[in-house]
Amino acid sequence: MSTFNTPVVEPVETLISTSSITEAALPTTLFRFATAGSVDDGKSTLVGRLLHDSKAILADQLDAVARTSADRGFGGAGATGTQAIDLALLTDGLRAEREQGITIDVAYRYFATDQRSFILADCPGHVQYTKNTVTGASTADAVVVLIDARKGVLEQTRRHLSVLQLLRVAHVIVAVNKIDLVDFSESVFREIQADVQQVARELGIGAAALGTADHIDDLLVIPVSALDGDNVVDRSERTPWYDGPALLEVLETLPAADEIDTQLESFRFPVQLVIRPQGALAPDAVAAGLDVEAYRDYRAYAGQITEGSVKVGDKVSVLTPGQGPRTTTVTGIDFAGESLEEAFAPQSVAIRLAEEFDVAGGDTIAAAGTVRESSADLYAALCWLSPKPLREGAKVLVKHGTRTVQALVRNVSGKLDLASFKLEAASSLELNDIGHAQLRLAAPLPLENYLHHRRTGAFLVIDPLDGNTLAAGLVKDHPGDHEDERYSI
Amino acid sequence: MSTLNDTLVSTGSTTEPVIEPVEISTRLSSLDALESEAIHIIREVVAEFEKPALLFSGGKDSVVMLHLATKAFWPGKVPFPVLHVDTGHNFPEVIDFRDRTVERLGLKLVVGSVQEFIDRGELAERADGTRNPLQTVPLLDAIQKNKFDAVFGGGRRDEDKARAKERILSLRDEFGQWDPRNQRPELWNLYNGRHTVGQHVRAFPISNWTELDIWRYIERENIELPGLYYAHDREVFARDGMWRAVGEVSQPLPHEEVITKTVRYRTVGDMSCTGAVESAAATVSDVVIEVAASTITERGATRADDRISEAAMEDRKKDGYF
Repeated sequence: MSTFNTPVVEPVETLISTSSITEAALPTTLFRFATAGSVDDGKSTLVGRLLHDSKAILADQLDAVARTSADRGFGGAGATGTQAIDLALLTDGLRAEREQGITIDVAYRYFATDQRSFILADCPGHVQYTKNTVTGASTADAVVVLIDARKGVLEQTRRHLSVLQLLRVAHVIVAVNKIDLVDFSESVFREIQADVQQVARELGIGAAALGTADHIDDLLVIPVSALDGDNVVDRSERTPWYDGPALLEVLETLPAADEIDTQLESFRFPVQLVIRPQGALAPDAVAAGLDVEAYRDYRAYAGQITEGSVKVGDKVSVLTPGQGPRTTTVTGIDFAGESLEEAFAPQSVAIRLAEEFDVAGGDTIAAAGTVRESSADLYAALCWLSPKPLREGAKVLVKHGTRTVQALVRNVSGKLDLASFKLEAASSLELNDIGHAQLRLAAPLPLENYLHHRRTGAFLVIDPLDGNTLAAGLVKDHPGDHEDERYSI
Repeated sequence: MSTLNDTLVSTGSTTEPVIEPVEISTRLSSLDALESEAIHIIREVVAEFEKPALLFSGGKDSVVMLHLATKAFWPGKVPFPVLHVDTGHNFPEVIDFRDRTVERLGLKLVVGSVQEFIDRGELAERADGTRNPLQTVPLLDAIQKNKFDAVFGGGRRDEDKARAKERILSLRDEFGQWDPRNQRPELWNLYNGRHTVGQHVRAFPISNWTELDIWRYIERENIELPGLYYAHDREVFARDGMWRAVGEVSQPLPHEEVITKTVRYRTVGDMSCTGAVESAAATVSDVVIEVAASTITERGATRADDRISEAAMEDRKKDGYF
């Protein structure tokens, strides 16, 4: 386990300055990222370092960690006579985990700087690495992959990168950790950097590799020492040959997924429920002067915009399973008493339409003319997350957007070898496998290719018996439809 | 809103990253993004479950939850009842606040009473007098009797390391137990709320909020809280390194000196185990500044029950606690 010594009483330079707090109007943005790597890569220490240096760890938590460090005989007294602490313990989880010396699953951590609030999904690297990486990466704007500088690119690195490419994570940062243990050697770093870029080219990661918008935008490789803090929060003087940014600088400046405009992005709005008070208006709204008469026949469709934007007056299509698209006009966008002219992803709003269509929860509202017919044939890549294997002929549930339908697994057409990125023959999928399958749905769904629509192209496979989530599904085009072969994993 | 920000772009696969100005659009602030996420989850639970309820104690997190629910269904009424597990040791002003809030929003209030369970001999008072851990039994009883299949809670992942691994939708068995080793992976914004008869789901829409987010939101939305959260003079005595209020259920021992101090509460729970902190923060803006500068967690500062052991919260959650 990686360790590091920090005197508890030493004042920590903080990233949160009180000046920014008093200017409460200053809007910070939210950035979600995940870490992937194993304990041996020093991931816990890196996460501990980020939390510690950004003052997310408060005194009582630090005390608890210091006590535990002492109880376990960690380090002994530091140079200043205070108790040395093992920062990896800051991310130490449940007693059940400590007793077994393992990490059970994804833990979420929070810290903030002047620019951003961060949500960190800390994904353990060993046993169920695919399950955890898929989970963490599905909501992440960026993923930090750790490599031990002494070991270089391992098979696990290739596996992580291929999962991230499959999930189309916008930014991948490779942290070459423990650079102190190779004496800050430039040649070691350059060799690993070249290997990473070779893997990236094979996978099609990175702007230069593809030159189109719908892929991992960039791949940054940074030499760090989580133990000593080199290039984590501040640029290090011990890597003079590296003139790029420190890890936190990167995280503070990368655009979040919803800040990246792609030309392919168009308005999508899965309807969650219909707001139709029929006289049962909120008493507090009425007390605040809501016009009861005007709202007697109020009817709006509530949901969260999954991509794109919508304006009052826009033409939209309503997609209901079993019916052709019905086109109408947006007459209002409401949010808790405010009338908006325009709304963006990922805002939660309520939309009013010109026509009194029979729209229900589970339907989708989309920019008119941008969606094709719903389909009951689903071709997909499945990340299998359950110990219960997938067999051809199985009956499952598919949750897509706000609708859940029954489905039959018609066939499994192959399994991805994550180390070679090649599809191998397979007729079943086991835990941590990623494979291709064809499903027949009991009702058609407005399926879209995941490559272009990260939300409406994603679905869950659910076990109808116990309700557990079996797989993360990524919609692929039907065979014969145009599909860019470069994305065909 | 578009702003010109310095952002990082890779100029190619063989060079190091450089910082170049790139046009990016900043659409939502972090508070707006958290609010939108919470409303999406609240609506999802209402759409997918037969009979949800919201845990409402009058504490700041549950007040924020209720505020989010009013926004999610505007101009309609909040379409579920609120559930309060009353330890019998609550601050009277918090109970008063609870009743006024329920009245103002036209909600149904379901109360599970720890005192009634003790009176019936179905729960025993603990030696330390703390009633927080006793809430689990009345909570599960109320869930069962009312056939609630989803219960909203104001739990946040930044509160505790057991909570850090909690799902936004968390499945509980017939005994209300949480099994951290058997949690469903949470993918994209697709929440799987499937459950079988007897099971129920705890929903935590503000999982991703921090204490500071909560306070900034309370300030921004001008949300009313019980007065306890702001600095006031109170008779207190020192116990376990905290300031305890003098009250019916919280009496000083002979050696514990009672003094009047200017204090406020960072959490509002059972009077017998919730401590006050010395503070001059009399307004919400003062509190935002105080919380931002704080060097100690809210639970560590004010909850005796979380100091019982390193895994106190983990143990309570496994038994069906909030």
